[in-house]
Amino acid sequence: MSEIVIKTEHLTRKLSGEVPVTLVEDAALEISRGEFVVITGPSGSGKSSLLYLLGLLDTPTSGTLWMNGENVSAYNEDKLAELRLSQLGFVFQFHFLLPEFSALENVMLPMQRLGRMSDEQIRTRAVSLLTDLGLEQQLHKLPQQLSGGQSQRVAIARALANDPLLILADEPTGNLDSASSKNVENILKELAHQYHRAVAVVTHETRIATTADNVITIVDGKIQG
Amino acid sequence: MRLLATIAVKHLLARKRQSLVSLLGIVLGVAFFLTISSLMQGSEKDFIRRLIDNMPHIIVTDTYRNPRLQPVERLYNNKGAIEVRSVKPVTETRGIRGYERVVDYLRTLPGVEASPMLTGQGVLSFAGKNIAVSLDGMIPEDIQDVVTIQDYMISGSISDLIANPNGIVLGEELLRTFSLERGDNITVTAPTGQVRTAKILGVFRTGRSDFDLNHGFVSLKSMQVLMNRPHRANTIIVKLPDPYRAREIAADLESRFSYKSISWQEASEDIMSTLAIRNIIMYSVVSSVLIVAAFGIYNVISTVVMEKHRDIAILKSMGFLARDIQRIFVIQGLVLGIVGSLLGLPLGSALMYALMQIEFKPPGSTQPIVMPLDWGWMQFAIASGFALSAALIAAFLPARKGSRVQPVDILRGGV
Repeated sequence: MSEIVIKTEHLTRKLSGEVPVTLVEDAALEISRGEFVVITGPSGSGKSSLLYLLGLLDTPTSGTLWMNGENVSAYNEDKLAELRLSQLGFVFQFHFLLPEFSALENVMLPMQRLGRMSDEQIRTRAVSLLTDLGLEQQLHKLPQQLSGGQSQRVAIARALANDPLLILADEPTGNLDSASSKNVENILKELAHQYHRAVAVVTHETRIATTADNVITIVDGKIQG
Repeated sequence: MRLLATIAVKHLLARKRQSLVSLLGIVLGVAFFLTISSLMQGSEKDFIRRLIDNMPHIIVTDTYRNPRLQPVERLYNNKGAIEVRSVKPVTETRGIRGYERVVDYLRTLPGVEASPMLTGQGVLSFAGKNIAVSLDGMIPEDIQDVVTIQDYMISGSISDLIANPNGIVLGEELLRTFSLERGDNITVTAPTGQVRTAKILGVFRTGRSDFDLNHGFVSLKSMQVLMNRPHRANTIIVKLPDPYRAREIAADLESRFSYKSISWQEASEDIMSTLAIRNIIMYSVVSSVLIVAAFGIYNVISTVVMEKHRDIAILKSMGFLARDIQRIFVIQGLVLGIVGSLLGLPLGSALMYALMQIEFKPPGSTQPIVMPLDWGWMQFAIASGFALSAALIAAFLPARKGSRVQPVDILRGGV
């Protein structure tokens, strides 16, 4: 049986206010190592909200979330940040690279923050990641000098920097042309199938969903089926 | 921390013009702070130096600060009710008893000069004219070490009183009134009724007309005879190598000998408090320059925080802590403060140097005057310390705001 990376039970996120809004309701799911999972659903259904909960960026109103067998629901902000740094990698629709840093520096940032390697090792790993993603000519370019597809690949390299267990991607191809989109999709699948990472992708594209190991459909905050 | 500093510096370099304007505010603030404070400090020191030079550092008088306890009060040490009737104090000759002992003690202190004096009133008479004057009886050999009267002699010398103890030294203004000059004789009448004829041995001009008209110097022995107070002095004038220790030494003298000892600080308390108020006003005004500069830093860091909401969100999603984000922006303030101080201090020094070169001659003055500047490491430390504090406080508020950014709120909103 494959190793479960993340598991949720009765995971709920509500926004309080004059008119309370339920973003995610009673979500129960499991994502294992080597699994490529697609979270899909109509706009405003709560796909991204679920992804932010899985990525420990948002705190659930109720329910339990296990990561690597550990209940992390009651962790404080510092411990959650530590988990995000060492075990999670994010790719967003917009690359969100830091504009003052080169592609190489952007990839080095998470490793420098984690501080488990020497400067030289960090640099070597960052160069290797970018080279693997076909960006060896773009190492010292600033984000504004890169195309959309190249920026997204730098963002993927950055997400992989600390060798995370789980990669979470929010509409990673939503802002790319079809060729770049296909390229990014293949990279994410490869990460799951060849490098045995758990990959969860939020997308509208049904084409990606058809090739996924598992498809989670969410409507009005509830997981269907 | 190196990583956070790198991010902070990159943010500042990305906004070169804004950062430069904020930096300029700090540079000018530090430079003006340094220049004006050293000018004020210099003028204060110059004023105090003149004050100290022209007056004794400590005056030991023949009075007591608190009335001396009666023997019966000392016996019962203020316990219980004591009533003493018909107390008749002993009639004694006024003055400091055993003044030599006090002077000898003072001379054992390193670098301290002391001279006893007997001061009193007298009437000078010549050709039917009588003028009341204040007479200082002193030891000519010692007095020159403690007062500056010798510097104001225009004819003769205080030392001439050594050879002729019955002589007198008077002000130019007084001699003009009597139409006398050095070498003439004048009659001195004391309140005791003693009358002496004294030869005018020296003439002084201090520039203070009341002093030049109403003051005279005689030898201590001569004064003791005139006042009928043998072996007495009623004042001991003390000059210290470090005038700022006057208060401490005066307190020591008072506890040892009981006689009221007045330091120059105590004698000039009103002037000293005026100077303190002047300093408060000066530091408030100069500090306001740095406060304005701090607003510049607040403005640039606030702008960076606003513009960098997306980057803050991504850094947090990567695993950076809220305090890391706060530190990034505080470092930006610190960098502006440090660089501002490093550039402001030499600029301030250059301004001070330029001011020191200015010489001017006010109307009526014979000597050109230079700007009195005083600089020391303390002013450099205060100027840079204040700049750094202002920069840190200015950076802290937007930094705290930045650290509270919730990544989800930004990521949901897209770009």
